[in-house]
Amino acid sequence: MSTGAVLELRGVGRVHGEGPTAVHALRDISLTLRSGELIAVMGPSGSGKSTLLHLAGGLDAPSDGAVLVEGTDLATLSRAELAAVRRRSLGYVFQDLNLIPALTAAENVALPRELDGVRARDARREALDALAEVGVGELADRFPDEMSGGQQQRVAIARALIGPRRLVLADEPTGALDSQTGEDVLRVLRARCDAGASGLLVTHEARHAAWADRVVFLRDGALVDDTGAAPPPEVLLTADGFG
Amino acid sequence: MRSGDRNGADAGEVPQRVPRDAAARARLSGTAVPDMPRLTGHTAYAYLVAMSIRHGLLALLERSPMYGYQLRHEFERSTGATWPLNVGQVYTTLARLERDGLVEQTGESDEDGKVVYRLTDAGHAELTGWFATPLAGADRPRDELAIKVALALTTPGVDVRSVLQTQRTATLRHLQELTRLKAVADGSEDTAWLLVLDSMIFRAEAEVRWLDHSETRLARLAATQRPAGASGPSTAVSTDEPSDEAVRR
Repeated sequence: MSTGAVLELRGVGRVHGEGPTAVHALRDISLTLRSGELIAVMGPSGSGKSTLLHLAGGLDAPSDGAVLVEGTDLATLSRAELAAVRRRSLGYVFQDLNLIPALTAAENVALPRELDGVRARDARREALDALAEVGVGELADRFPDEMSGGQQQRVAIARALIGPRRLVLADEPTGALDSQTGEDVLRVLRARCDAGASGLLVTHEARHAAWADRVVFLRDGALVDDTGAAPPPEVLLTADGFG
Repeated sequence: MRSGDRNGADAGEVPQRVPRDAAARARLSGTAVPDMPRLTGHTAYAYLVAMSIRHGLLALLERSPMYGYQLRHEFERSTGATWPLNVGQVYTTLARLERDGLVEQTGESDEDGKVVYRLTDAGHAELTGWFATPLAGADRPRDELAIKVALALTTPGVDVRSVLQTQRTATLRHLQELTRLKAVADGSEDTAWLLVLDSMIFRAEAEVRWLDHSETRLARLAATQRPAGASGPSTAVSTDEPSDEAVRR
C-alpha cells in the first residue's frame, strides 16, 4: 500500500487550439501521488492549476503524455470505463456547492455507495462511520443548509473517500471559509491521508498548502519548483543560505 | 489522530508522525550557534528574542529568585525550547544585569554552591516598562530579504523571478515544518509554545504573500512596459534580463 502510485502524470501537456494561436495550458508535467500522500499545487490564476486537476480526474484529456489512476492509463479506457474510474476511484471537493441540497449529510455520503450497488442500509452505516471519521458524526441527519461551510466541506471529504475511493482531488476547498475553519478542513484532509488516502490539493493559501507532504509550484503551465517529499530539517535550516 | 498526539511534543510516547517532528524540533532548537539561536537565519525573529534574554531573565526572576542553571531551564521551557541558551550566556547576562543594578545575589547558594539571584526594585521597574512598551519598527532586525530582492531588481544579470521562487520554495518548506510541529503540539497544553509557533507560521505566510505580490507587481510592470517599447524614466526593470523573464508569463 505504501509504494503504489495512486495517481501518476507522465509528461502531461494540454494545448488549446492549434497553430500560432495555440495556448499551452500545461507543459510536460510529471507528478506522482502515492498512497498516504498529500500534494499541494500552488500558482497564480491562469497558471494551469485547475486544468491539472481536471486532467487528473479524467474530466479532460491530455494533448501529450499520460494520466494513470491506480496504474490505469485513462487514455486506454472507453468512455464508459472512464466514467466508472471517475466514479469509483476518486472524489472531488470543490470550493463550495459540493453537496446535494435535498439530501442529508448521511444521504450525500451514502449516495456514491448506493450507486456502487451497496444495499441502502449498509451504505448508510458506512456513511455514518465516514462522517464520524471527519468529526461530524452528529450532523448525519442535517441538510447542507443546516451546516456551516466548514462542516459541509468535511462531509464532502467523507463522501469523496467513501468505500473503495482513495484519491481526493480538492480545488480550493478552503476558498469560501474563514481562516480557522479552513485550517480545520485541512486537518481533516491531512488526517485522512495519514490514514492511507491520497490527496491532490489546489490552493493559493500558503498556510493551507503547508499541511501537504509536498508543495509544487505552477507557472505558465509548467512545474517550476517543488518543496520535495518530506523535506529534511537540514534543508530548512539552511534554506535561505544565499551568499 | 488528534487524540493520539496529546503531549506528543514531549519525548514520551510516540504517535505516528512524531519521530520526524521531534527530531526537527530538536534541530530547530539545536545549540550549535552560541550567540544566536538557530531559527535566526530564516526568520530573523529569534534575533529579537536573543535581544530579549535580558528581559526574559528579569521576567523569570520576577517569579522567584533562581540560580543560573535554573534560569536557563525555565527560559527554554517558557519559549517552548525554541531558543536555547547556553549557561555561559545566562551568567554573562546576569553579570551585566548585576552591574546595572537590576539583579542582585541573595547571598544564599544551593547545595552545589551555585549563586542565587533575585530582582532588585530597579529590575522590577525595568521589566514593567518592557512589558508596557511596544516594540518599535527600528528595534527589529532589517529585512534582508526585501533588501536582496530590491538589489536583485537593479543588479544586471540577476533573475528576480528566480530569486523570488527560490525563496518561496524555501519559505514553504519552513512553513511545512512549522505546520508539522503545530499538528503535534495542538493536543498539548503547551500554550506558550503554540503561541510562538503561530507567530512563526504567520510570519512565514506573510513572507510568501509578499513574494507572490512582488511577482505580480513585476509581471504587471513588464506588461505595461512592453507595448510602450522603451522603458520609462523611473522604471527599475531597465535591464533586459528581468523584464524578459517577467514577460514570459
